[in-house]
Order: sequence, then structure tokens, then C-alpha cells
Amino acid sequence: MEIYTKAAWIIPLLPLAAFLLLTALGRSYRRAGVLIGTAGALAAFLLSLLVLIGRLGETAVDYSKAFDWITIGDYTLRIGFEVTNLTSMMLVVVTLVSLLVNIYSAGYMKSDERITVFYGYVSLFTFSMLGLVLSDNLLSLYIFWELVGVCSFLLVGFWYARPAAKAAAKKAFIVTRIGDAGLLVAILLLFWYMPDHRLEFTMIQSVFDGPSGAITTELSTLIALLIFLGAVGKSGQFPLHVWLPDAMEGPTPISALIHAATMVAAGVFLIARTYDIFLDSAAAMQTVAYIGGFTAIFAATIALAQNDIKRILAYSTVSQLGYMMMALGLGSLTGGIFHLFTHAFFKALLFLGAGSIIHAVHTQNIQEMGGLGSKMRVTAWTFGIGALALSGIPPLSGFWSKDLILSVALQENKLLFIVGVAAAFCTALYMARLFFLVFMGKPRSSLGGAHESPSVMTIPLMVLAALAVVAGFVETPWNGALGSWLSGGIAEEAHSSGIAIIASIAVGVLGIYLGWLIYVKGSVSRSIVSDKAPWLVMLLERKYFIDECYERILVKPLKGLGTLLMALDSYVIGGAVRLVSAAADSAGKAAVRLQNGQVQTYGIAALLGLVVIVLAIVGRRFWS
Amino acid sequence: MLPSYLTMAAILFCIGLYGALVKRNAVIVLLSIELMLNAVNLNLVAFSKYGVVPALTGQIFSLFTITVAAAEAAVGVAILIALFRSRGTVQVDEYDEMKR
Repeated sequence: MEIYTKAAWIIPLLPLAAFLLLTALGRSYRRAGVLIGTAGALAAFLLSLLVLIGRLGETAVDYSKAFDWITIGDYTLRIGFEVTNLTSMMLVVVTLVSLLVNIYSAGYMKSDERITVFYGYVSLFTFSMLGLVLSDNLLSLYIFWELVGVCSFLLVGFWYARPAAKAAAKKAFIVTRIGDAGLLVAILLLFWYMPDHRLEFTMIQSVFDGPSGAITTELSTLIALLIFLGAVGKSGQFPLHVWLPDAMEGPTPISALIHAATMVAAGVFLIARTYDIFLDSAAAMQTVAYIGGFTAIFAATIALAQNDIKRILAYSTVSQLGYMMMALGLGSLTGGIFHLFTHAFFKALLFLGAGSIIHAVHTQNIQEMGGLGSKMRVTAWTFGIGALALSGIPPLSGFWSKDLILSVALQENKLLFIVGVAAAFCTALYMARLFFLVFMGKPRSSLGGAHESPSVMTIPLMVLAALAVVAGFVETPWNGALGSWLSGGIAEEAHSSGIAIIASIAVGVLGIYLGWLIYVKGSVSRSIVSDKAPWLVMLLERKYFIDECYERILVKPLKGLGTLLMALDSYVIGGAVRLVSAAADSAGKAAVRLQNGQVQTYGIAALLGLVVIVLAIVGRRFWS
Repeated sequence: MLPSYLTMAAILFCIGLYGALVKRNAVIVLLSIELMLNAVNLNLVAFSKYGVVPALTGQIFSLFTITVAAAEAAVGVAILIALFRSRGTVQVDEYDEMKR
């Protein structure tokens, strides 16, 4: 089975080949485009699955292979790929979700004129994400990190005729750039201070593992925080989370693939890959934990008051990514990765389910929906499973991963445990609100044409629903299989805790029950909060005014500076250029007037020229 | 004596140049060119008589020049007549073929 691990470099090339083929074919081959894109993802998935199966045994060793890329003097930059248990797991997650999204899009994007372009972009994204996962050093990871950013930009702005989509694409790209700059500085610092300028993950691991003394604690704190800044940008953590909800302007399958399951998890993956740097610095770990915990509760409260189905899910994603960060910051690599793993399935499921709903009713406002449960049975059931998994109801996958994180939090940091439990309550409540408003009750507007989506869209839903049910059993309180597998045989100490289990079940059930009371039974008035504290609802609906603050504090001054520089450019620099051109132009015009075809004018010009030459020659004598 | 000859030649040349550049009648222009030519001839003769190395060569040279100038003037007038026949004018400023 070793052979599959050695051939892992082929996996990203399959979607890349699909992308190149799709680009070469052009827009007219619609069916062929769908088939090629899906075939690329399918081949990548099968190979990834073989790699994973080959590594399931206890003896699997990490495999890496690199070749010389650039040689400058004594320094040689090597790039290559590395297959560890973590990367093989990520390979399967990425290719599986990509494959399902490819299949789903055949139905969802069916009538779109640029469906071939869409498939090309999705294939390019899959290639970049797989390259990111397989990278064996930080530099090539950074290259793919930017590539997935570009693909996200292209796909968020896929419907570029809509101004909102254009603005969202720009926002997504620019905001994540802020984080990327931090990551770049971290890479430069590592390049500077690492022995032999090595950037391979294996080298980072051996240098930071234990007191090697090569890098001081202050420095590793700085590097860890800068890497975390990159992760904050990509994974939509608190100060830089603003782009993720706006990115919902893209097609819904893209939200499922990029903005729920894979790319936004890249930040968590990055921290997991460079975890030894973080372990070296207690301050950095605390920052990660607190930012993650804050983001989890912060985004979950915003999701309570939103009305756009995709935005609710987007804030939920931000909140769940916060959970993952919190787990990593609390020292539980397994918790973060486990939640990433389960979240990828149930959140992709929820987004694809939302896409199925939007496909049927052509609105995203949940206040206009209702009663869809009887019309769209498959969607309703699978969406319900996803919602329960997200709310942390046992035995669905979300329960196990959330429970693991909460158990760790209970042991390490009581404050973050409370925050996590509160966020879990909010999660259950907003998912209950979403589900009951969409699927239960009576239609609140004319949705007569709503019907179940074609099977090409419902089959991915069913596959993901099955995974959302069973994916949690890879790591349970009594069986730490995933943890020991990820860390190569060294099992983390079991974090099972009765209090955490009871608390997480209790808040999950309580949240759903409260949602049922409010939105189905009606025994608790819906406007109870908005009557007593309208400012609170307003605060949540406007997302704590973060966007407005950024607009005032950052965007306006920057735009002013931009206008100033633009004026400088067009008037000072452009003015100088225009002056030169005007001089040449008027000289040319004068020459044209001189050339009137009359020999006497030419004679005068020649005479004047002679006089000038004579004067110059004579004058030079007087000067020197 | 040399400076006065040279001054005389320079004055003649300038008059000729002025006429060649300013006059509108083609015949006058042709005459002005002859004037410039003769100023040059005068220089040749003056230098052969009063120059650093006086010799008869210069005077003979100017005789040749006058002969060639006569031939040149004949050709010039012939061209002028042909031009007059085709364009119907002797005004120099109406000859602007070079612009087209």
C-alpha cells in the first residue's frame, strides 16, 4: 500500500488537468465540461481514498519527497510533497467534498451560461487546495494558500454582473490579504532564523520540538502570532471575519466547498501543521484560544438575528471555526482537527441543502419560506440531520467533536468552557430557528412552484448526511482512535468528562426546545426580545456594527489617501508626462507648418540652420 | 586690398541670397542665384591674386566656373519655360509640388 502514498503527488494534478482541459475546450462544451470536472474530482478522490486506506495501519510512516527548485549560491530551495496521517485525512475530506459539489453543481448550475468556466474554477480550486495540503514546506504552502485565495475571489465574484458579488469578491480578497501579509512575514522570519534557512515542516518540527535553543521563546511567540494572523484571515476569525458572510454572494455549491468545508479550514490546518511553533509559546496558545472562543460566541449570537439563510450558515461557520481555534489554543490538536473533519461534512451538507432550498424557492430570506418540509422531503430530512449534527445532538458527528473540545476546555480553562457552552446553546437555537422557519408551519409567501430538487442534487445530500451521522465515531470518549492515529501512536490523554457531555447535550436540547417553543408552538412570543431590548436585536442584526466601524475607521481614510495619491498621480506625475508630450506635439506641429512644399521656405530653414551652426562653432571659441 | 574684395563679394552674395529666398518671380530668383555664383567667382579671383599663395590657377578656374554657370543658366531657363508651360505661372510660391 506504500505505493499509493508515494504516488500522492498525482492527486492534485488530476483536477489541474481537468482545469486545463476545460479552459482549452471553451464554453460551448457544456456536458463535456461537467463530465471532465467531475471525472477529475472523482479520480482524485479515489486515489486519496487509497492513500488513506494504505495509511490506516499503525505502522504508516510519514513520507516526503522533494526536488531542488532554485539554487542560489550555497542555498538550495527544495519543494516537494509530504504525506502524513493528517494530510491523508485532509486529502480525503477535500476531494470528497469537491466531488460531491461537482456532482451537485451539475444540477444547481445547469442553466448557467458559464457552467464550463465554473467547473474550470472549481477544478483549479481543488488543485490548489490539494497542493496546499500536500506541501512539504511553508513556501509552497504559501503559494497554494494564495492560489486558493484567488480561486475564492474568482468564484465569489462568479456572477460578476451583480454589484454585490463584485464587492464581496474584492472584500474577500483584500481582507484575507491582511492575514496573508502576516503569514508572509512569519515565513520570512522563519527563513531568517531557521538553521540552514530550511522551511520544511519536518525541520520546523525538529527545531521547535524541545529546547534546541536555535530560536528564542519571544521569537517563536512572534512567529506563531504572525502565522495565526494568516489563519485568522483565511478562517474568518474575529477581527477579519467580515469577508466570510459577504462571500455568500457566490454560487451556493461554492459556499459549501470553499467557505465551509475546505478553504476556511486551511487556517486550522496551517496551525496544525506548524503546531510545534505554537507549543513553544504559551502566550501564542492563549491568544489562539481566546480569539477562537470569542469568535465562537460572537458569530453565534449574530447568527441568531440574521434572516438570510446563507448568512446564518456563514456566521455558523465562523463560529465553528472559532471552536476549532479554541481547541488548538487549548492544546488539543485532535479536538481542532476532529471538529474540522466532522464540520466539513455537516456544514457542506447544510450549505448544499440551503442551495437546494434556494433552487426551489428563489429567495434566501427565511422569513419568506415556511412549510417546505412537506414539499421537499429529502432536503428537509438531510438538512435536519445536518442541523442536529451542528447542534451537537448525540450520536451525530458534531456531538462527538464538540464534546471533545468542551471537555478539553473544562480541564484547561473554565472561562472558555462557559463560552463554549453558551456558543453551543446559541448554535442549537439558531439552527432550530432556521429549520423551523424554513420547513415547518405554513408558507409565508407564494412558494407554489417549490418542489424537490433533481436527484443529481439530492444524492450528494444523502451521502453527506450519512457521513454527518457516522463521521463522529472515529473518536469517542472511550476510543481515541483519531487522536492516536494523528499523533503517530502516542495517544493524547483522554478528556472524557461527564460534566462536559451532560452540559453539551443539555444546551443542545434546550436550544432546540426553546426554538420549538418560539417558532412552532408559539408559546413564547417571537418579539419578546425585540420588545424589551430593541437595541440588542438591532446590535445583532447589524452584526455589532463591525462593518460600519471598519468603514469609518479604515476604509474611509484609506479611500481618502487613495484619492490623494490618485490626484498626485494624475496631476503631478501625469502632468509632467503630458507636458513632455505637449512639447513634442507642438514641435511637430511647427515642423508641419514649415513643410509647406515651397522651396524658398526650405531655403530659409537651411540658412537659419547654417547660421545656428556657425554661431555655435564661433560661440564655443568665446566660451572656452 | 583683399578685405575690400571679400566685402564686395559678401555683399553681392547676401543680395543674391536675399533675392533667391524672398523674390516671388522665378526669373528674378534665377538671376539672384547667378549673383551668388558671381560673388563666389569674385572670391576665387581675389584669393588667386592676393591670397597666401598667388597663382594663375584660380583665375582659370573661375573662367571654367563662368562657362559652367552659363550652361547651368541655360538649363535653368529651359526648366523654367517648361514649368511656365505646364503651370501657367512664374510665381515661385505657387510651385508647391513637394508638399503633395
